[in-house]
Amino acid sequence: MSDNTIRQFISFTIGDEEYGVDIMAIREIKGWTASTALPNAPTYMRGVINLRGAIVPILDLRARFGRNATETTPRHVIMVVAVGSRVAGLLVDAVADILAVPAEDIQPVPQLELVATGFLTGLVTVEGRMVALLDLDHVFAFEDMDLSELNAEAAA
Amino acid sequence: MADDQSYDLTRFKATYFEECAELLAAAEETLTRLQEGGASADDLNAVFRCVHSIKGGGGAFAFEDLVHFAHVFETSMDALRSGRAELTPHVADILVRGNDVLGDFVRAAQEETALPADHGADVKAQLASILTGGTPAPAPKPAAAAPPAPAPAKTGFATWTIRLTPAPGLLKTGNDPLLMVRELAGLGDMDVAVDASRLPALAEMDALAAYLAWTFTLVTDKGRAAIEEVFEFVAGDSADVVIEQLGDAVLAEEGDGWGLFAPMPPAADAVAAPVQAAAAPTAGAHPPGAKPAGGEAGAGGIHTSSIRVDLDRVDRLVNMVGELVITQAMLGQQASGFSIESHPELVQGLQELSHHTRELQESVMAIRAQPVKALFSRAPRLVRDLSTKLGKQARLVMSGEGTEVDKTVIEQLSDPLTHLIRNSLDHGIESPEERMANGKPAEGTIHLGAEHRSGRVIIQVSDDGKGIDRKRVLEKAIEKGLVDRGAQMTDEQIDQMIFAPGFSTAAQVSDVSGRGVGMDVVRRNIQDVGGRVVVQSTPGQGSRFILSLPLTLAVMDGMLVAVGNERYVLPLTNIVESLRPTAQQARTLVNVGDVLTLRGDYIRLIRLYDLFGIKNAITDSTRGLVVVVETEGGDRIGLLVDELLGQQQVVIKSLDSNYRPVEGISAATILGDGRVALILDVGALRIMGERLNRAQVEAAAAAQAAE
Repeated sequence: MSDNTIRQFISFTIGDEEYGVDIMAIREIKGWTASTALPNAPTYMRGVINLRGAIVPILDLRARFGRNATETTPRHVIMVVAVGSRVAGLLVDAVADILAVPAEDIQPVPQLELVATGFLTGLVTVEGRMVALLDLDHVFAFEDMDLSELNAEAAA
Repeated sequence: MADDQSYDLTRFKATYFEECAELLAAAEETLTRLQEGGASADDLNAVFRCVHSIKGGGGAFAFEDLVHFAHVFETSMDALRSGRAELTPHVADILVRGNDVLGDFVRAAQEETALPADHGADVKAQLASILTGGTPAPAPKPAAAAPPAPAPAKTGFATWTIRLTPAPGLLKTGNDPLLMVRELAGLGDMDVAVDASRLPALAEMDALAAYLAWTFTLVTDKGRAAIEEVFEFVAGDSADVVIEQLGDAVLAEEGDGWGLFAPMPPAADAVAAPVQAAAAPTAGAHPPGAKPAGGEAGAGGIHTSSIRVDLDRVDRLVNMVGELVITQAMLGQQASGFSIESHPELVQGLQELSHHTRELQESVMAIRAQPVKALFSRAPRLVRDLSTKLGKQARLVMSGEGTEVDKTVIEQLSDPLTHLIRNSLDHGIESPEERMANGKPAEGTIHLGAEHRSGRVIIQVSDDGKGIDRKRVLEKAIEKGLVDRGAQMTDEQIDQMIFAPGFSTAAQVSDVSGRGVGMDVVRRNIQDVGGRVVVQSTPGQGSRFILSLPLTLAVMDGMLVAVGNERYVLPLTNIVESLRPTAQQARTLVNVGDVLTLRGDYIRLIRLYDLFGIKNAITDSTRGLVVVVETEGGDRIGLLVDELLGQQQVVIKSLDSNYRPVEGISAATILGDGRVALILDVGALRIMGERLNRAQVEAAAAAQAAE
């Protein structure tokens, strides 16, 4: 594929920041519903919800980026995404836009930001706003991340 | 066009390999029975058919090595079933090995890898030797000519005409006339005449239909049975086959026998031929040839009442039923306020719905469930082969083979079970001399059992060997840096060390076990399907490995309990009783932790809120409720919860399909209100509780020391 391929993203906000997820990964967008907490899970795991019979884990993206847990209201949004064979939900503040971005406009992530860097695949500027594109595989790497964190917790 | 063809071929190949797997498994099972001495003519025929089918399909896809080997195998089987060779235990062993090698070829073909050119050559030679080394009597050359009658019925060369008229659908059944022609040509000198009269005009021709018919003139010294065999899979069903002997047979008395078939009208013969042949022993001069043919017809007539269904379809069905159960639970909850007096139809209807749902659910689950027999059937051979290899004597006792487990679980269990049996033989069972010296029978016993317990499947592998040598395990663990020297460990903890990665106490690495990967892999495989493995061992008396596995996809009766703002489901089968303890009953003992005295017994009390970090829960055990539960190992523990919310049928939903396994939780379910509730894993809770308790006791001790 050449660089002038147009890629589509759905962007959403967390606080003042705007993030994008490849539109092909998104299964649905739904309003916040109460989740069932998972025992001994890291704070960014909000628990699981019932999505038409499937048990889907919900990840608080704000907390995943190392900030406080989101205080949820009915106006918060769950973006249901497919990551590999899995389906998972991202808790975000609001859905912002649908973006069509030529692949060549996607900039690499500068190696500056501390925590969030690993979660991003690139940056685009759309109408003067900066949108950070998410690396879903990394965001949802449950096996690696949770265990190390839990072990650290247990050791503390 | 070419693309279409290759596409179709891959699909057919997939089906072929699927069938091969089944055929190989069936052959293996039958061969094992043969090995144990329970041979019947039907069994030999069954194995022959398996091998023949594999060969046939392999030929269609041009898997030359496979076909070549299968052919030798088939020839030996044929000799055995026709009585030209004798089935001895040694021969049975060869056959089992032959089946293994055949499996290798099938796998190689499936994975499109190349086996060494001489792969299985030794086995092939052994198979071939069955033909010659079997009976001391001069085995007559022609197939199916070992007459029980003393008369030397030698079939000389005879001329046969064979008319093959395929039904139009022949090709669709996976048969290929060309293969038959080739096989026929292999029997002797042959002339072929083609009858193309059925060929329609090109425009009307169906490319998948068989239009041609053939008349073969064959001069051969092989008997009729050999010719019939060529058409074994098509005769009657998908082709008309007429076999006639021309002129005089070399031996006159046989001519009479064949005369029986000569006047048959072409239309009726194909079906009639095997039947007539079966009737021949009294009338004809060819009883041995007729016998297998009759057997074929009989066995071929058995219609297995099963169909092949894609697993995805079953899964969809299972899921849908799961949804139905949830909807039904929801309706039941909504309607619980109605009395039977005010709404008799509604209440009654809901009861019926509940009844039907449960029945439907059980039937659907039964589709995926398979008896563990499929899994256990490999064990006898493994034990036999390994005990010979290791110079040990062991017998295998199996129980509960009929226990049904979900198909995926069965698939995942195969490797762990093999490892465990190997381990028992290698490390558990002692040499006969050592056993005798210890006053045990020279022959060790390995018990393989399965049963349903507490809504889980329990599979046990136990032996009466020497048990786990805890001293050596501990030494080894220290040596490997897995444990600190001087650490206090209970016997149970030491036993569990054998599951640590890279752990092996075998002084010498044998090719059976001892590479230190086995037990580690066992545990991981079991955990992957949401199971647990526990070892119990008594020095000098043996060890017992207990695998506890979930009945995935099942519906289960559960008790809904509340802890703080959370709700959990406890499997009803685990629950012994529930009570609100008095202050005398609930105690905290120094260095031990919370215990509950119950009718003179001490039970460990586990505070669920503490274990799971739940806020707003009742922390005073005399104000909450203690549910006494029993784990698979038979231990009892008390779980402190806030209250019981009621009994409910729940559908088990996997947590790790979208997330990952969570300790203490076996699965999740969806409640009547649509919310998710987690199902507690009692065995894991016990382990977590003990760990937490130990940490707390240690922390308390450390705090004391600091003061």
